[in-house]
Amino acid sequence: MNAEVKGSGPEEETSSEGRWEPRIIAFLCNWCSYAGADLAGISRLQYPPNIRVVRVPCSSRVSPYFIIKSLQRGWDGVLVSGCHPGDCHYISGNLVARRRFAVLKDMLEYIGVEPGRVNFSWVSAAEGDKFSKVVREVVNRVRALGPAERLVKVG
Amino acid sequence: MGGNEEKIREVAGRLLRDGEVNLIIGHERGTLPLRSSPCFVTDPEDLDRLIWDPTCDINLAKYLHGRDERVGILAKGCDARSIVVCASEGQVEMDRVVILGLPCHGVINRKNIESEIAGREILEAIVTDEIITLKGEGFEEVLPTETFLDDSCMSCRHRTPPVYDVLIGEPLPEASEDDGYAEVNELESKSAEERWDHFVDEISNCIRCYSCRDVCPMCYCKECFVDETMPAWFGKTNEITDTMIYHVVRAIHLTGRCVDCGACSRACPMHINLRALTKKAEKIARDRFNFEAGISLEDTPVLGTFKQDDSEEFII
Repeated sequence: MNAEVKGSGPEEETSSEGRWEPRIIAFLCNWCSYAGADLAGISRLQYPPNIRVVRVPCSSRVSPYFIIKSLQRGWDGVLVSGCHPGDCHYISGNLVARRRFAVLKDMLEYIGVEPGRVNFSWVSAAEGDKFSKVVREVVNRVRALGPAERLVKVG
Repeated sequence: MGGNEEKIREVAGRLLRDGEVNLIIGHERGTLPLRSSPCFVTDPEDLDRLIWDPTCDINLAKYLHGRDERVGILAKGCDARSIVVCASEGQVEMDRVVILGLPCHGVINRKNIESEIAGREILEAIVTDEIITLKGEGFEEVLPTETFLDDSCMSCRHRTPPVYDVLIGEPLPEASEDDGYAEVNELESKSAEERWDHFVDEISNCIRCYSCRDVCPMCYCKECFVDETMPAWFGKTNEITDTMIYHVVRAIHLTGRCVDCGACSRACPMHINLRALTKKAEKIARDRFNFEAGISLEDTPVLGTFKQDDSEEFII
C-alpha cells in the first residue's frame, strides 16, 4: 500500500462580501493553548474564524512534516501554539520543540517561504485573551501575504 | 598528501597484523580517471591497493555503519568529524574504531575539471598536490590542483582531523580565513521571492536519484522519510514542491550534523549546488546554538537537546 497522506486540503473560503479569506491550520497543545482557546470561547472573546484547530498532546508532537505538509496541501498559514517554557506538561517538550521550530522556520524562510506563513506562540490555559490576540495577529500576517503559492502542490 | 601512502600502508599493516583491527577502510584507484573507490582490506597482502591523493573525495564514514568488526579507517578532517557525529548519535562504537587521521590539502572537484576540458574524454589522469596531468586522444593538459579543489575544501577549517588515534603526516595549519558562508549570506540578503526563484531554478533539476543521500554519512535512517509508505508523508515525484521538500527536510535533518564534506554536491549528477542548503543548516547551528558539528565526542546532537535560554525571538 502506498497511500500518500492526502490530509484535508482547506476548503476555499470567502467572506460574505466575496473577499478571499486566509485559511490557517492551528496545532494547539492540549494542556495550554487548547485550553486557552476554550477560555477565549467561554469568555466570549472575539477572534477571526479563519483557524481550524488540531489538538495535539504537546507542541513537541508537531513534527516539521505536519507543518510542511500543511503548506503543501494549500493552507495559507500555520500556527503552532504550546505552553510557556517551564510549563510543559511533559517537563521539556516545548523546549525541544522550540529548537526544532527555530531551525524549520529559518530553513523555510531561507528557501523563500514568506515570513509570517509559519507562526509559533506560547499561550497558557489562563490566557484566553492572549489566544484571541495571537489568532488576530496571525490572520493579519497571512492576510497581508495573500494566498499561499510557494510550496503548494497543484493537483 | 602524496608521499604518505607508504606510511599509511605501514600503519595499516601493523594494525592488521597485530590483530588490533580486522578491516581497513581506505581509498583505492577507481576504474575511471580522476576517480577513487572505497577500499576494504582484510589481508595485509592487499595493502598496496591503498592510495592517498586529491582524488580521494569519498567520505568513508559512510562505510562504518552497521559493522561489528574492529575497523581501522582512513579519515580526512571531514571524514573524522563525520565519524564523531555518528558516534555521538550512537551509530558507531568508538571502541571498535581506529581512526587513521590524514591531514588534507583538499580534494579535487571532478566536475570542474571536466568542464574545463570541455567535453574531451580524459583517458588518463595523474593528480598530485600541485598539479593535475590529464591525457586524452590528442591532448595533454596540466592544471593547477589548487584551482580545482572542491568548494568545501576551499573554506575548510579542519584540515587536520580534530579526533584521531594515529595521525599520518604533519598537522596542517588551519589556513582558511574564509568561513564559506559567502553564498548563503548573498542569498540571505535577497528578497524571499528572489530566493524562492533561485531555489526553484536550482532544485527543479533534481531527478531524485538520491545520490546525495546515499553518499552522506549522516543519512543512515533505515527508512528515509521520502521512502516511507505508511504513512507516505511526501510525494515521490519530480513535481517541484515534492523535490523542494525532499531537499529542505534533508537540510533540516542535517542541522548541527553536517560537517560540510561536500560529498553530496560532488555526487550530484545534475550539478545542483546542494551546499547552498547544507551550509545554511551549518550556519543555523552556529548562529542559533553556537555549535559546530563533529569537533568533540562529548557533544550531544543539537536537536536532541535544549537550553533554557535558547533564542525565541520568533515566538509570538
